[in-house]
Amino acid sequence: MGAVTNLSSMSSEANRGEQLTGRLLRSFEPKFRVSHLNFYYGAVQALHDISLAIPQNQITALIGPSGCGKSTFLRTLNRMSETIRHTRVEGEILLDNEDIFSMDLVTLRRRVGMVFQKPNPFPKTIFDNVAYGLRVNGGHRGAALADAVEASLRRAALWDEVKDQLGKSALALSGGQQQRLCIARALAVNPEVLLLDEPCSALDPIATAKIEDLMFTLKENCTILIVTHSMQQAARVSTHTGFFLLGKLIEFNETDILFKKPLRKETEDYITGRFG
Amino acid sequence: MRYRSIWRKTVNALMLGTTGLCALVTVSVLILILAYLAVKGWRYLSWSFLTQLPKPVGEAGGGMANAIVGSGKLLLVAAVAGVPVGLMAGIYLAEFGGKTFSFMVRYTTDLLNGVPSIVMGIFIYTIVVLPMGHFSALAGGLALGVMLIPIVVRSTEEFLRAVPGTLLEGALALGASRWRGVATVVIPAAFRGIATGVLLSLARVAGETAPLLFTSFSNRYWSPGWSQPIASLPVMIYTYAISPYKSWRQQAWAAGFVLLALVLLVNIGAHVILSRRHSVQRG
Ligand SMILES: Nc1ncnc2c1ncn2[C@@H]1O[C@H](COP(=O)(O)OP(=O)(O)OP(=O)(O)O)[C@@H](O)[C@H]1O
Ligand SMILES: [Mg+2]
Repeated sequence: MGAVTNLSSMSSEANRGEQLTGRLLRSFEPKFRVSHLNFYYGAVQALHDISLAIPQNQITALIGPSGCGKSTFLRTLNRMSETIRHTRVEGEILLDNEDIFSMDLVTLRRRVGMVFQKPNPFPKTIFDNVAYGLRVNGGHRGAALADAVEASLRRAALWDEVKDQLGKSALALSGGQQQRLCIARALAVNPEVLLLDEPCSALDPIATAKIEDLMFTLKENCTILIVTHSMQQAARVSTHTGFFLLGKLIEFNETDILFKKPLRKETEDYITGRFG
Repeated sequence: MRYRSIWRKTVNALMLGTTGLCALVTVSVLILILAYLAVKGWRYLSWSFLTQLPKPVGEAGGGMANAIVGSGKLLLVAAVAGVPVGLMAGIYLAEFGGKTFSFMVRYTTDLLNGVPSIVMGIFIYTIVVLPMGHFSALAGGLALGVMLIPIVVRSTEEFLRAVPGTLLEGALALGASRWRGVATVVIPAAFRGIATGVLLSLARVAGETAPLLFTSFSNRYWSPGWSQPIASLPVMIYTYAISPYKSWRQQAWAAGFVLLALVLLVNIGAHVILSRRHSVQRG
């Protein structure tokens, strides 16, 4: 696994900022390496020549105005994009230097978990929700399954609130609890990467704070990618941030730099609220 | 200006009146049928009607126990024959179907739904009764089974489609195959709705007469097994109601009452199941 020092050499877009990016972006171990990614919904191109590397065991935030392709990008990383008909993807995505498009789909989705914008607990019990991925993947049974469920709920900081009602319907939980349940469900299969698509958009500040705390503890064992509309949140939680605009990755940099000294005018306009 | 406003008000009142009246007619038709059957049928309903076999012409008393059991057996055959096909086809349409083939299936299903029930009877008569050489419970059940397929297909498809797509996405994102996700998440989420659709389809075909005349025919005695002619409530009503004997015509009213009561019971049961679904989902 080679460390990326000069990231912008992978980007055909940013010749202008090449030296700057190269100097400012410190080297890191990439978990994902995306090169020249194009994505099409039918004839409409939603992603244009995206190249970037996602640092391992860090939190990377993706920001940008609505419709710029953040979700689309996220969904290519675990190939959820393939569930939509008439879509096409071009380019290369490597997970630990392994091409995800030649990987077994179950293995890939087990390694790369996803939490959706709106909490989507299954209409089953709390226990069955968390156990779902383990059952699909086989292996755990009986006591081992119960232990794994408990461990996941603890990691998602939900255990204390639900330990006496594991048999209750997950739909009876509050929105914030449901979202943490979905995180627990994704964590149960021990993913190496967690993709979070606006996980806090339906939550109040307290529930949001809980999930942000959670991300910090999770990054010990997990690489996290979070799409967010809140620039404060991106600044609070992430080490790296990517700015998308109209299907293009305009800028990718360490979060501090991106917010304080953006290289591109578009980025500056967006973060200062001049458009978007 | 003034003229136009009066005109507008008149049209408004007129439309409100006509649509309201038609709605009232719809409701009153059902209430009239119910009341009429209750008054006419209830009078001749007795314990022996429910438990005894028909008596020969001229003898008083007797009942339609064989027809009540017969209707039950026919519906059982219909359910076994038609429900799995309807369910699977509905699941296919909602979750797996491509564009062209699905369109064809959906269209054919609607056509099948519109096939007159007597034609369905003749069809089953030709392909089952003639080769077997005699009427049978099997043939009758099969005719009803084919009739309920389109109803089950469409209701199953509808209830599956009502399940938010985000649930299946959640399952896929955890590594489940499409089929596994549908089977373990989407179908259970729609289960009550699907079950309701099945019940309603059974209630719907329970009263069919025409397809049974050529297939299960009728029987004045018990019909053991599945390969003999069998009595059913609709055919009994048909035979008794047009008979010249007064006591038979009275029993036809009682049979009509029993049939309607059973159908209503299933209907109400189905709606209870469905409303429970909502209360569970809201937690
Ligand atoms: N299923 C789809 N079919 C066709 N086009 C789609 C589909 N999903 C998204 N798009 C289009 O792709 C573009 C990018 O959408 P995407 O959902 O990735 O944006 P986003 O950045 O996540 O926006 P938001 O912040 O609103 O969630 C949009 O122009 C959108 O219209
Ligand atoms: Mg989005």
